[in-house]
Amino acid sequence: MVYLINIKLREDYSNLIFYLSPIVAVFLTLFFGSFIFLILDLSPIESFKIFFISPISNSYGISELFVKATPLAIIALGLSYCFKNNIYNIGAEGQLTMGAIFGGGIGLLFNDSTSILLLPLMILFGAIGGAFWATIPALLKTKFNTNEILTSLMLTYVALFILDYLVVGPWKDPAGYGLPKSMPFPDAGRLPVLIDGLRIHIGVYFAIIICLISYIVYNKTLFGFKLKVSGFSSKASQYAGFKYKNLIFYTFIISGACAGLAGLFEVSGPIGLLYRDISPNYGFTAIIVAFLGRLNPLGIILSSLLIALTYLGAEDAQLFLKIPSAVGFVFQGLVLFFLLGTDFLNKYKVSIS
Amino acid sequence: MNIDLVIGILNIVLISTTPLVFAGIGELVTEKSGVLNLGLEGLMLVGAVTGFITLVLTGNYFYSLFFSIISGVILSGMFAFLVLNLITNQIATGLALTIFGIGLSAMLGKKFSGTPIEGLNPYYFIVISFLLVFMVSYFLSNTKSGLIVRAVGEDHNSAYALGYNVIKTRYMTIIFGGVMSSLAGFYISICYAPMWQEGMTAGRGWIALALVVFATWKPWRLLVGAYIFGGVAIMQMNLQAIGVKLPGQFFNMMPYLATIIVLVFISSNKLRLRLSAPASLNIPFEKDQ
Repeated sequence: MVYLINIKLREDYSNLIFYLSPIVAVFLTLFFGSFIFLILDLSPIESFKIFFISPISNSYGISELFVKATPLAIIALGLSYCFKNNIYNIGAEGQLTMGAIFGGGIGLLFNDSTSILLLPLMILFGAIGGAFWATIPALLKTKFNTNEILTSLMLTYVALFILDYLVVGPWKDPAGYGLPKSMPFPDAGRLPVLIDGLRIHIGVYFAIIICLISYIVYNKTLFGFKLKVSGFSSKASQYAGFKYKNLIFYTFIISGACAGLAGLFEVSGPIGLLYRDISPNYGFTAIIVAFLGRLNPLGIILSSLLIALTYLGAEDAQLFLKIPSAVGFVFQGLVLFFLLGTDFLNKYKVSIS
Repeated sequence: MNIDLVIGILNIVLISTTPLVFAGIGELVTEKSGVLNLGLEGLMLVGAVTGFITLVLTGNYFYSLFFSIISGVILSGMFAFLVLNLITNQIATGLALTIFGIGLSAMLGKKFSGTPIEGLNPYYFIVISFLLVFMVSYFLSNTKSGLIVRAVGEDHNSAYALGYNVIKTRYMTIIFGGVMSSLAGFYISICYAPMWQEGMTAGRGWIALALVVFATWKPWRLLVGAYIFGGVAIMQMNLQAIGVKLPGQFFNMMPYLATIIVLVFISSNKLRLRLSAPASLNIPFEKDQ
């Protein structure tokens, strides 16, 4: 008997498959992940417990989960504007860095301030820094037709070197024993924590507010509608009279501002000063978060929590299983592979006859 | 200036630039066929670690090279299956490959970090890298297969209508790119370093990616560009040694800034863009349309 696999373009669009595929992707990742643990001579069940359950089995762990999920969610929510518009800003890591430089710079400039206005000013400059860095690829794309994927990526490395220069050069803490880091920000420039003794900070509120605003923008406003149309076809959007170039600008600025905000929250929240490695790849990982959350604001919140767990789990795995924390990256990469792969079923109907 | 110093510097530039040439020339062929693979960094790291582990376990350079290349074939084959058969987003898939490769290489290499090995003479590979550039240049401009690769990269629908197998061509170019990246990784861990350390490619994958654009997708320019990029990196160290007060980070960001400038220059003119960049780059090919 001969079986043939038929693949056809799907005519009926299925919401169920669309929202089910991230869940399938997560399960496939766990399935393949257990093989990786087996290869490393570890019991998969024990390892999964250490990886996914024990990190969040106490209040400290749950607070840390939110600490990691907050920047991921904020950046991914911002990126969703670009991705919905079919604009590929992959330079969020650089925009995050610029946000930290601008906002953090304000904190260092007024390092003896006790004013309650300092933190709001830092937050504002964080957003401006990120937006400024995102304006460059937007400007180059609209003025010179430059590919935004390549420019935003290249600018990421430029931003990282600028930060590196600042913390080993002009912004180095004179009392820092020559270490490449800045002075700590004054207390007035530190992000308030939600619960004493834990690191969870008010950035969580920002993530929730941005999520709600995004939900309203996507579903209730003309701007959201324009994004949807130009995401399907930039030509259609131009026929409809939408100014596509403006849309590119707005989406880049929104996503840059969000990334900058996340960067400022990192340095004025958990870190408290500027140094080289302010972000464990949040800007790139947020791309996974945005896709895994299906560019849906609520979905992004959920996926940011899940991906944040891979960071925590990886730290615990390093501690208790003696495997490098980079194992978290393996899971992040796998989940994105499977998600993109299962998307195929969303677009095509596969039947066996 | 002392002649020995100049020769010494040139020698270091030659040795340190070769991985950029390997990874860059591979990515150039991939992009010429219309596929953008952002997974270079991951491919290089996995190539470096598999080569290293094999060498430690077997002591045989040939096996080491072989398995390093196999790792590139497997990973880039996976990438090809996703972007060509499952028509996934090339940007996202490439980033996933990089993130996956960084994680996988660190995990596999943990036990071997710090193991001493005897390195291989880099000069063979330097010669090979020059030959490769020559061969790729000849292949793309003087052979029928090269013409097909370019046709597929310029307009995959027309190429398909003419009866060329777009998917198969792109499988070949993606896997060629993957093998070249893992070769670059092999070179770094076996010849250049020679050792294994987590994340040891240190962003060379991204520079190689910039290099292809900087070279406006032309093999010989890629070779020149690689030596400019590599030279700038080495010059930075030497200038600091003789007391020039320019911050090193300024030199480090030069390749990226130069690439942006080149990109602006070629993109601002429609004709220039058509003569440089493959028109179907990063556009998915779907037969049913």
